[in-house]
Amino acid sequence: MSARETILAGIMANQPLSQDLPVIDVSAVIQFDSNLNQFKTVLESIGGIAIEIIDWTALQDMMQSDFAQGKRVVNAIAEIGSIDPNLASLEAAELASVQRAFVKGGIAVAENGSIWLDETAMVNRLLPFIAEHLVIVIEAKNIVATMHHAYQHVASFDTGFGMFLAGPSKTADIEQSLVIGAHGARSLMVCIIQ
Amino acid sequence: MSSQANFTHAEAAEQFIADEPRTDWHDDTLWFVREKRDKAAHSLPEWEQLRQWASDIKYHGLSNMHQLLVDFEKNAIANGIQVHWAVDGKEHNEIIYKIIQDNQVQRIVKSKSMLTEECHLNEFLTEKGVEIVDTDLGERIVQFRKETPSHIVLPAIHLKKQDVSETFHEHLGTEKGNNDPQYLTEAARGHLRDKFIASELAITGVNFAVAETGGFVVCTNEGNADMGAHAAKIHIACMGFEKIIPKAEHLGVFLRLLARSATGQPITTYSSHFSKPRAGQQMHIVIVDNGRSRQLGRESFRNSLKCIRCAACFNTWPVYRRSGGHSYHTAVAGPIGSILNPNLDMQANKDLPFASTLCGSCSNVCPVKINIHEQLYLWRQEITKEGMAAKGKTFAMWGMSEVLAHPAIYRMAGKMGRWVVKHLPFLTNNGMNPWFKQREMPEAPKESFRDWYLNNKKK
Repeated sequence: MSARETILAGIMANQPLSQDLPVIDVSAVIQFDSNLNQFKTVLESIGGIAIEIIDWTALQDMMQSDFAQGKRVVNAIAEIGSIDPNLASLEAAELASVQRAFVKGGIAVAENGSIWLDETAMVNRLLPFIAEHLVIVIEAKNIVATMHHAYQHVASFDTGFGMFLAGPSKTADIEQSLVIGAHGARSLMVCIIQ
Repeated sequence: MSSQANFTHAEAAEQFIADEPRTDWHDDTLWFVREKRDKAAHSLPEWEQLRQWASDIKYHGLSNMHQLLVDFEKNAIANGIQVHWAVDGKEHNEIIYKIIQDNQVQRIVKSKSMLTEECHLNEFLTEKGVEIVDTDLGERIVQFRKETPSHIVLPAIHLKKQDVSETFHEHLGTEKGNNDPQYLTEAARGHLRDKFIASELAITGVNFAVAETGGFVVCTNEGNADMGAHAAKIHIACMGFEKIIPKAEHLGVFLRLLARSATGQPITTYSSHFSKPRAGQQMHIVIVDNGRSRQLGRESFRNSLKCIRCAACFNTWPVYRRSGGHSYHTAVAGPIGSILNPNLDMQANKDLPFASTLCGSCSNVCPVKINIHEQLYLWRQEITKEGMAAKGKTFAMWGMSEVLAHPAIYRMAGKMGRWVVKHLPFLTNNGMNPWFKQREMPEAPKESFRDWYLNNKKK
C-alpha cells in the first residue's frame, strides 16, 4: 500500500462516529459602538498608525514627497498613480530596496486591527513583506466587528494568496522584549477614507 | 529526540533549577505571558462559547477526518499544489530531501514548524550535507547554539539577552556585550534578509488546512514564513493531518482564539492564506501521520489531536515554568507534549505524564478544551499497567495502598511518622527521600485529627 492508502485506511478504521458541526451564531459575539474607533484603538495598540483622510490626494502628496526625497516607492493602488506593469514578476532581489509600498486593503476588522489584503491588491505577494514601510488604504465602511463577519465578506482562498495583516512586523523572542520590525515592514500606516 | 533521551524529566529539571534566580525569571516571564492571555480572553464575553465552538469543530474534524483529507487533497491538487503523504517522520524527511535533490537547490530557509522538529528534519538534512536556515528569530538563536526550541511559541524563552548577545557576537559579529534586544533583532534582520533573498526553497509549517478550499493558513508575527515562501521558487508546507478544518469560515473561530491564547495578542501580525503557487513557483504539501492515526483510535486520548499549538498550557503549567522546555526531551514539551509523546513512544516518554500536579489549569486555558490533566492521569495508569512506571514509585504506591486499606496500620504509621519527624528528623531529611528535595519537612502535629476529634468529643 502507498503511504496515502495506509494513512487513510488507518484513519478510517480509527475515527470516531461522526459528530455534527456546531452552528456559529454570529449574533452572539461582541459588538462595538463604533467599529471605526475600535479598529483605530486596537491598531495603535499593536504598533500601527491610523489616520483618517478625506480623499486620495493625501496619499498622492505622501508619495510625491517620497519621490522628492529620492526614496524608492512602489505603488499598487490605481487611484493614486500608475502601477509598474512588471511589478507582479519582480523578484526578491529587485524588491529588496523598496522603502515604502502603497497597497489598497479590503475588509478590516475592528476587534483585532487586521486588514484583508489579497493578491489582486498587493500585485506582488512579496511586496507587503519586503517593503521597509507600508501604507494601506481602507474605507471606513469596510470595517466589520469580528473575524466571523470578515469571513462572510472575503473570498479567502480565491486569488491564490491573501492575508489578514495586523500591524507592523514584530518579535519578542529576546527576553519577551517587544521589537517592531522583525523581518517584514518596520511600520504600518493605515489611511482610512470616510 | 524521544528515542535518544538518556535522562528523565526529573533529572533534567534538577539541573535547570540549580540556578535559582534564572528559574524564578523563567517562571515569572511565562506567568506574564499567561496574564496577557487572561486579559485578552476576558475582553471577549463569548470566550467560553468560542472555546466550545472550536472544540466541536475539531471533534467534527476528527470524526470525519478521512473525508476531509480526501476533499482537501482533491482541492489542493486542483489549485496546482502537489500533495505528498508520509506515514512517519522518516518518510516526511525523505520526501523533502527528494524535492531538494530533484530541483538541485542548496539555499533553504525554514520558518517555525513543530512537525519538522518532531521529525528531526534538520538533523536528517545535515547528515545528507544540506544546510537549512531557521528564520524565526528564536529558532535562529537556538540553531546557532545547537540547541532545540524549549517552547513551541517562544523557542528561546530559556535564554537571557546576554546569552543571545554572546551567540550573535560569535556568529554574526555583533558588538561584544551589547545586550539591547533592538540592536540584536536588527542584526538578525539584516542577516536573515540576505538568506531570504538568496533562498531557492522555503519550508513552512501549517496552522490550519481548509478541506473545502484546498488552501492552508500560516500565522507568524515576524513575517518570516512569508518572506521565505514568496521569495523562493519552491514552497514546501508540512502538516500533521489533524491540522484540517472543514471550512474557511471556521478560521474565524480559530484565528480569534489562537493568538489570544498564545501571547495575548488579538491576532498574529500575519495570517497568510495560501491556495495556489504563484506563476513559476512549485508548491508542495506534505501530510504526515507519524502516530496520529493510532492516537485517533485511542478513545481516551484522541482529543489531544484537537491541539492548535498555542502553548497556553505551557505558560500556565507550574511544572513547565519551573523546569524549562529542555527537561522534556521531546520536540513538543509541556502538558500537551506530555499527553502526545507517550503515544509516539511510551517507553521513552514514560516519565512525562508523572511530571504534573494535575491541578487542571492546563485544561482550563486550552482554547479547544482538551481535557489535558485527565489525560495525564489516564496515561499514568496506562504506563503503570505496562509495567513502565518508575520502580520507587510503584513500590511506594503499593505501600500506600496497603496502609490505606488497613485502618489500624494507618493509625500506627501516622503515630510513628509524627514521632520520627519530631525526634529523629534526619530519617526523613535526607537524600533518600525525594520529597525532601527543595522542601522543608513540616513540623509534626502532636496528635492526629482522629485523636483530636475523639478527645474533643468527650469534652
